[in-house]
Amino acid sequence: MTQMNMVSAVNDALRIAMQNDERVVLLGEDVGKLGGVFRATAGLHKEFGGDRVIDTPLSETGIIGTAIGMALNGLRPIPEIQFGDFIYPAVDQLINEAAKYRYRTGGDFVCPMVVRVPVGGGIRGGHYHSQTPETMFIHTAGLKVVCPSNPYDAKGLLLAAIRENDPVLFLEPKRVYRALKMDVPEGSYLVELSRAKVVREGEHVTLVAWGAMLLEAIAAAEEVKEQGIEAEVIDLRTLWPVDTETVVESVKKTGRMVIVHEAAKACGLGGEMVAQICEKAFTHLQAPPRRVTGWDTPFPYTLENEYLPLAHRIVPALTETARY
Amino acid sequence: MKVVAKQDSTPASAASRKLVSVLDLDGRADPEQDPRLELSLVKRIYEAMVRTHLIDARLMKLQRQGRIGFHVGCEGEEATVIASSAALREQDWIFPCYREVGGALYRGLPLQSYIDNMYGNSNDTAKGRQMPDHVTARSVHFASITAPIGTQITQAVGFAWAAKIKKQDLVTVTYFGDGATSSNDFHAGLNFAGVFQTPTLFLLRNNGWAISVPADHQTHSRCYADKGIAYGVPGVRCDGTDALAVYAVTRAALERAANGGGPTLIEFVSYRTGPHSSSDDPSAYRDTAETEEQAKRDPIKRLRRYLERQNAWSEADQTAVEERLQAELNACIERAEATAPPSIASMFEDVFEDMPAHLLEQQAECVNGPRTRKRH
Repeated sequence: MTQMNMVSAVNDALRIAMQNDERVVLLGEDVGKLGGVFRATAGLHKEFGGDRVIDTPLSETGIIGTAIGMALNGLRPIPEIQFGDFIYPAVDQLINEAAKYRYRTGGDFVCPMVVRVPVGGGIRGGHYHSQTPETMFIHTAGLKVVCPSNPYDAKGLLLAAIRENDPVLFLEPKRVYRALKMDVPEGSYLVELSRAKVVREGEHVTLVAWGAMLLEAIAAAEEVKEQGIEAEVIDLRTLWPVDTETVVESVKKTGRMVIVHEAAKACGLGGEMVAQICEKAFTHLQAPPRRVTGWDTPFPYTLENEYLPLAHRIVPALTETARY
Repeated sequence: MKVVAKQDSTPASAASRKLVSVLDLDGRADPEQDPRLELSLVKRIYEAMVRTHLIDARLMKLQRQGRIGFHVGCEGEEATVIASSAALREQDWIFPCYREVGGALYRGLPLQSYIDNMYGNSNDTAKGRQMPDHVTARSVHFASITAPIGTQITQAVGFAWAAKIKKQDLVTVTYFGDGATSSNDFHAGLNFAGVFQTPTLFLLRNNGWAISVPADHQTHSRCYADKGIAYGVPGVRCDGTDALAVYAVTRAALERAANGGGPTLIEFVSYRTGPHSSSDDPSAYRDTAETEEQAKRDPIKRLRRYLERQNAWSEADQTAVEERLQAELNACIERAEATAPPSIASMFEDVFEDMPAHLLEQQAECVNGPRTRKRH
């Protein structure tokens, strides 16, 4: 065991993957000598050379388009998009191309690649360095979307994602990157995709979150405990294909659900989960399911802590739902 | 085989902007430029051009009869597509736009497979998931045809880049139209190819029209080949209706790329004598006089005249080839029309390697649910 933060856990996973599989290559803006603007690829250029850890020109469509070509020719590219806010020029390649290669060719071609994308706010980044553009990718058939909340899961999920034979969008919450350290095993281990985790058991209300907001959810759960409310906190970990079953089982027990996400409210994963709970556990519900999310505004700079669904907003949602 | 094509690899030089050509309009070869291909190869190219032309004409008719949903052909561009594909080696890869199915057929894609794709039936390798003409053919190194303009360009660069990393001896070629030179991926693709010196040929089919938009609304550059200058990628202009020139220029660029010389942008100057697709009506935006004038460059006629001058082709040969191709086409169409549509359950396959829970659920709901009253 080694104490690691999420950046070093990601770095460790990438190193292990590159050591174990020579098909793995990293590419992106500043990922080489600099080691990435968040240092997630630090030291890898020196260890594996410029043919496998590649500083690319500044073009997201170029990065993803060429990564697709590499994947079609048998490599396992791991492109990095420097900030989630800058992914939009590559959306055509991700949605129309990477996500559809298997389907549109009847399985003749596959496109295994893991796109690493730092996302989220809480780092004083304003509109262009804080977005969480998860919804459109969840909505896109053919993409898997993963978002770890801690260093252990980040390493295990990333190693599992690299083994996938389909494209995976790996969202890394910047706010968690250096926020905490925990024991992480040395060497390779996998955290299975599409498996949510009950991280705190409780009987009164189910609280679903992921990424940076998982920490806020736990904080809120601890806070309402003083009022005699025991929240069951579920970390989704994989956003798509989502583990509905774990959430349904919990809601059948508690009869109540609050779901938290940083992305804007309208059409977000929260809305989808509420619909699924209504379809699969309606008769168990004792209160309306509740969403606590980013507002349907652009991400603000000065007021970012009012935009984010932090514990101060989760707590009243929990108490109101529990006492409904 | 010795192949000669005069091309200047210095991008900015005026010489590189000359239009490389071999044949005049009546099929006389310029002895200075003639690559002197073996007649058997020229005949193979010619027959494939005739075949593409016949297939296009027939598919357009089937579309008009409502028997297939759509067709996009390469009328007027047969030399560009076939002769460039013919210049490739077996190990090379094509990243197509959507007018280059003739290249896949030349490389051995069975005609039945193409016709099954046109019908989207249960024998279609794409399992009926794509519009007609969106062919995929791994067996002949032909990547999946894509409709968003330009996206295949960066992919071709990435595939070649991976080949370079893996030390594979292969070149990728990517086809696109003049409109694609305005797309993000054209610029990103040329830039990445220049920076990383990938073995990639950018084959630009300048057919004069991007649906209804002519060259003067597409670019203010002197010519499309000039666009390589900014990326340090040599540009060549070639008469795209001249099969021998197309072959020679492509082969020279291919050999350069295969020998570590890096990418080349080739502008094939041709003309789209037909509509953009079966959904298009060119009379709304161009004069028939222009089309008639351009039709004099008919690539098929020019190559036929060349063969006739070598006493290598006759009217009897032409009749025999056309009859054979029509019979083959008839049989393929008959078989495709007798083949069932894909199973309903198959709609949910291949989204991911393994079918996740939500798709299993939806598959069962769809298969066991009400059926459409419309035909498949």
